[in-house]
Amino acid sequence: MSVSVVMTVNGEVVAKHVEDRTLLVEFLREHLRLTGTHVGCDTSQCGACVVHANGKSLKSCTALAVQMDGAEITTIEGLANGDVLHPMQEAFRQNHGLQCGFCTPGMVMSAVDLVNENPDPSETEIREWLEGNICRCTGYHNIVKSISAGAKAMREGDPT
Amino acid sequence: MTDNNRGIGEAVVRREDSRFLQGRGQYTDDMNLAGQLFACIVRSQHAHATINSIDGSAAMAMDGVVSVLTHEDFAAYGGVPCGWGVNNKDGSPMAEPKHPILAEGVARHVGDPVAVVIAESPIIARNAAEHVQVSYSELPAVVSMQQALDASAKPIHGDTESNLCFDWELGDREAVDQAIAGAHHVTKLELINNRLVPNAMEPRCAIGDYNSATGDHTLYTTSQNPHVIRLLMGAFVLQIPEHKLRVVSPDVGGGFGSKIYHYAEEAIVTVAAMKLGKPVKWTSDRTEAFISDAHGRDHITTVELALDREGNFLALRESTHANMGAYLSTFAPAVPTYLHSTLLAGQYRTPVIYAEVKAVFTNTVVVDAYRGAGRPEASYLVERVVETAAREMGIDPVELRRKNFIKSFPHDTPVALTYDSGDYAATLDQAMIASDYAGFEARRAEAKQRGKLRGIGIACYVEACGVAPSNIAGALGARAGLYEAATIRVNPTGSISVLTGSHSHGQGHETTFSQLVADKLGIDYDSIDVVHGDTNRIPFGMGTYGSRSLAVGGTAIVNAVDKIIAKGKKIAAHLLEASEADIEFENGEFRVAGTDKMKPFAEIALTAYVPHNFPLEELEPGLEETAFYDPKNFTFPAGTYVCEVEIDPDTGTTEIVSFHASDDFGRIINPMIVEGQVHGGLVQGIGQALLEGCVYDTDSGQLISGSYMDYTMPRADDVPSFSVDTCVTECTHNPLGVKGCGEAGAIGAPPAVMNAIIDALSDYNVRHLDMPATPNKIWSIIHKASAAAA
Amino acid sequence: MYEFSYHKASSLEDARSTLATAEDGKLLAGGMTLLPTMKQRLAAPTVLVDLTGIDMAGIEGKGDNIVVGAMTTHAAVASSSLVQQTIPALAALAEGIGDPQVRNRGTIGGSVANADPAADYPAALVGLGATVVTSKRSLSAEEFFTGMFETALAEDEIITAVSFPVPEAAAYQKFPNPASRYAIVGVFVAKTANGIRVAVTGAGGSVFRNAEMEQALASNFSPDAVKNIAVDSSGLNEDIHASAEYRAHLVGVMASRAVAAM
Repeated sequence: MSVSVVMTVNGEVVAKHVEDRTLLVEFLREHLRLTGTHVGCDTSQCGACVVHANGKSLKSCTALAVQMDGAEITTIEGLANGDVLHPMQEAFRQNHGLQCGFCTPGMVMSAVDLVNENPDPSETEIREWLEGNICRCTGYHNIVKSISAGAKAMREGDPT
Repeated sequence: MTDNNRGIGEAVVRREDSRFLQGRGQYTDDMNLAGQLFACIVRSQHAHATINSIDGSAAMAMDGVVSVLTHEDFAAYGGVPCGWGVNNKDGSPMAEPKHPILAEGVARHVGDPVAVVIAESPIIARNAAEHVQVSYSELPAVVSMQQALDASAKPIHGDTESNLCFDWELGDREAVDQAIAGAHHVTKLELINNRLVPNAMEPRCAIGDYNSATGDHTLYTTSQNPHVIRLLMGAFVLQIPEHKLRVVSPDVGGGFGSKIYHYAEEAIVTVAAMKLGKPVKWTSDRTEAFISDAHGRDHITTVELALDREGNFLALRESTHANMGAYLSTFAPAVPTYLHSTLLAGQYRTPVIYAEVKAVFTNTVVVDAYRGAGRPEASYLVERVVETAAREMGIDPVELRRKNFIKSFPHDTPVALTYDSGDYAATLDQAMIASDYAGFEARRAEAKQRGKLRGIGIACYVEACGVAPSNIAGALGARAGLYEAATIRVNPTGSISVLTGSHSHGQGHETTFSQLVADKLGIDYDSIDVVHGDTNRIPFGMGTYGSRSLAVGGTAIVNAVDKIIAKGKKIAAHLLEASEADIEFENGEFRVAGTDKMKPFAEIALTAYVPHNFPLEELEPGLEETAFYDPKNFTFPAGTYVCEVEIDPDTGTTEIVSFHASDDFGRIINPMIVEGQVHGGLVQGIGQALLEGCVYDTDSGQLISGSYMDYTMPRADDVPSFSVDTCVTECTHNPLGVKGCGEAGAIGAPPAVMNAIIDALSDYNVRHLDMPATPNKIWSIIHKASAAAA
Repeated sequence: MYEFSYHKASSLEDARSTLATAEDGKLLAGGMTLLPTMKQRLAAPTVLVDLTGIDMAGIEGKGDNIVVGAMTTHAAVASSSLVQQTIPALAALAEGIGDPQVRNRGTIGGSVANADPAADYPAALVGLGATVVTSKRSLSAEEFFTGMFETALAEDEIITAVSFPVPEAAAYQKFPNPASRYAIVGVFVAKTANGIRVAVTGAGGSVFRNAEMEQALASNFSPDAVKNIAVDSSGLNEDIHASAEYRAHLVGVMASRAVAAM
């Protein structure tokens, strides 16, 4: 069974026919070829697929594309401002907050949502917030450091 | 111009991050080829069963299904090969049962591939896979190693006599037996090194492609070593010669060993693409990964340490059972033997050591190298038995270690290795200070006020990295060489492509290797590009595992750079009308010694490609050099880790309150990347100690911990931030003086954590506790002790 | 996922009638359990009736009750100043459900209807003596939860709200499963107008009250009063992370900690 959906993805309006059962992550990866959003598990736990829907973080593996009809979606591809990285992306780069890069898109999108909610999170708050994002490479140390630095940069409106 | 800020020793931010941070990396599953079909694998739901029949007709009848493949479709091909042979004590070779691509008459573990459905979409393939009718007759499953070796157990393979794969030994048994018999004190421990699931965040994926006009195969795969896959799959499985098989490993989302091996799915998509004339893609989901990726560890060990009255180590004896799983994975036999028992000296002068290892087949997923591979198991048993001996003899555990340290190098151990360099007292001292070891008792007392049990544990590990000298590896059973290759391609305008056989799947090679070349050639870091992961673009390679990329792959790069400089000097001598012997190369300039006559590197490069004024009679045009480097020895990183824990006695929960790591990795190229490697290794080690454990139902052979709902992956709130530092003793046998850092954390952390837990529980008379030290286990100990005391 | 047809309900009646005519219809609220279950092919409804189009989200005070609309997300409960002021234990419980992305999507109605034996909300409902309001009736939490993943809901009955009486004081303590982060044991303790209530989730097949603890607290409201009350482990859940005995022990510890937190 198919259905038409219209949503705004990274600022562009897209309209597609999808199956009712198409997941948002499948829509992004296969229909829009936005492959920055990853799939690392099938139990909705790893968080590699986190995107923003109407400004809030969401696991795109656990939402149907049709449920997002009319929504504004931001993926990792839409976070930077042209060539200028978002402060959170830049903070991950400066603080070695990633290694293999696979969990990174979800980590960054989740981190931005955290700072939107809590502009000055403590280390404990950052670690607790990341319950839904699993990284196997970094040991989280530099992710936490990156998010602290990214939060500071976001507070200060400093693009670097 | 010299790039002073981005040379050796600088914490250069990683160039690969730009693409990863913007979702512009390209992992295998991100690729789709035109006309691509999708494979779904029908896997055994039984741990052990006879396959009576496979009927794919209902699946084939479904819309969009293109093919159903079974063992018969692969009958012409070899099985999945093992890359390492181990001999029994009597010199006979190990049992090496056939490992078919698809199960041939018998399924031997839950997840064993039985059939393949190929269809026009992933969802059609998966639906159809459910309609493949497989008739099984269940057989008794041997799940534990004890079950497998029981006299009544039937061999799970028809072509082996028993479930024993090999019974191997190393060291002087008689000398060890004598030393133990006559010792003042012998500490004996029985311990389990828990089975782990590697869980790289990117699930495996493979795409096969075939050009029927040229006969060229291409395999895109999530591999740590594409050339090794080309060799194993090409030569041993499908008989495709190297020039007809291209293997590409693009961005790979973590490996930790699990992506070294050649897996059946790679052969399946390669063959299917050829049969069907269309590309065929297979992507694992996480559930499938749990039952098809090689697992790690899974040893059961008895260890004895003999000491004299003063605490000098006299002998160590190990007896280990190592689970191989249902088949032999690529490196599996090497892990509990040559990568394990050879490390039993640890940092100590133990004069005699004997190890015997029995490898066992069971109806479980294959077990192979996982971060550390044999060395975590060695470090764990050595550091646990040393700690226990110290407690039993009433000697300070730090002093007992210090007393027995190897102090002069090179040092020949009784288990076949020669440590070339190290300063174990230096890392220990540094760790003692950084962790305020001396102040611990005050912290313990303060914690007690809060109702918490605080403990401190240390571990002094050594590991063998930079695998491996090919001559040693070959003598020990490796069926391939373990060198590395690199090409430096200087382009006409002076930019450089570094083609390396090492493969980066998180390690940051594009950055580190560029730093090396920038430093050596004195040229701009941004003019250097690193190319890896494609057998058609790279001359050769053995890939990335065993913390070998810098020590072996980096050395190959440096050697190729040296060849570039040598040729550049010849060109410069001609251009500057000087003798080649008088040409010096420094900071990107070729200069006639003692003069201001100079040619910059870029001009030499251009001259090589625009040879209007070029010594053609002596030199060919172009500036490109390849080097193969085979190391003379392993490298031996070492360090001391100090862990402090607090246990909540009401719930048995352990919190790691601090963790300090002092490592000696030799010379460091990029300290930021090295620290990141340590952090990641530590959390995998802490995960093993506290959280992770692969659990099978011992009756049915079903994997109980088969998803993240049950298998505890370490998360951000399970671990603290870390304190890490380094000391440097340079490796003596590679030109960079580097040792390797990728596995250390996973090797040193488990014993440090477990020693801290045992220390915290010192009031409860606990001698040993197996990993993972879950709250339930710790609570049971406390509860039983409290009940006994009441 | 198997094929299904998706229907976004415009009203309760639309949802009810769609469900009634579907061969195997399921209601979709936040989807935090249903969608993963369908992805794993452990559930295969033919029709999904999405409730997000029906206005059932929101939190309001009604007399001595806080009424939480069925489609209110965990994040909305956690961040509601009304809940934080009146039943802070409920806000804290919601803040501890799943991860931030689950809290952004998951709803109280969905959680309650699913009746997972290790979910957090059932402890709050039973602990506070809440009322489940459905499209047909109102029933007490204890009538509502009938077993493991089982409730008193009829096939075509839809939860519309949960009404929580404001307690004098309450607290919830959870010992999470290290992998799934669901409750191995969660204990909700409340001082209510109708006495002290102790509700336990995670430990058994379904949420249950512990009368012995309630009585002990009635005579001596202190952590020590419950800490060492022996809980019978027979019939409690057992898995690779926690034995029944360990769960029984944790009930006392979590109850005692909840009391200490009040």
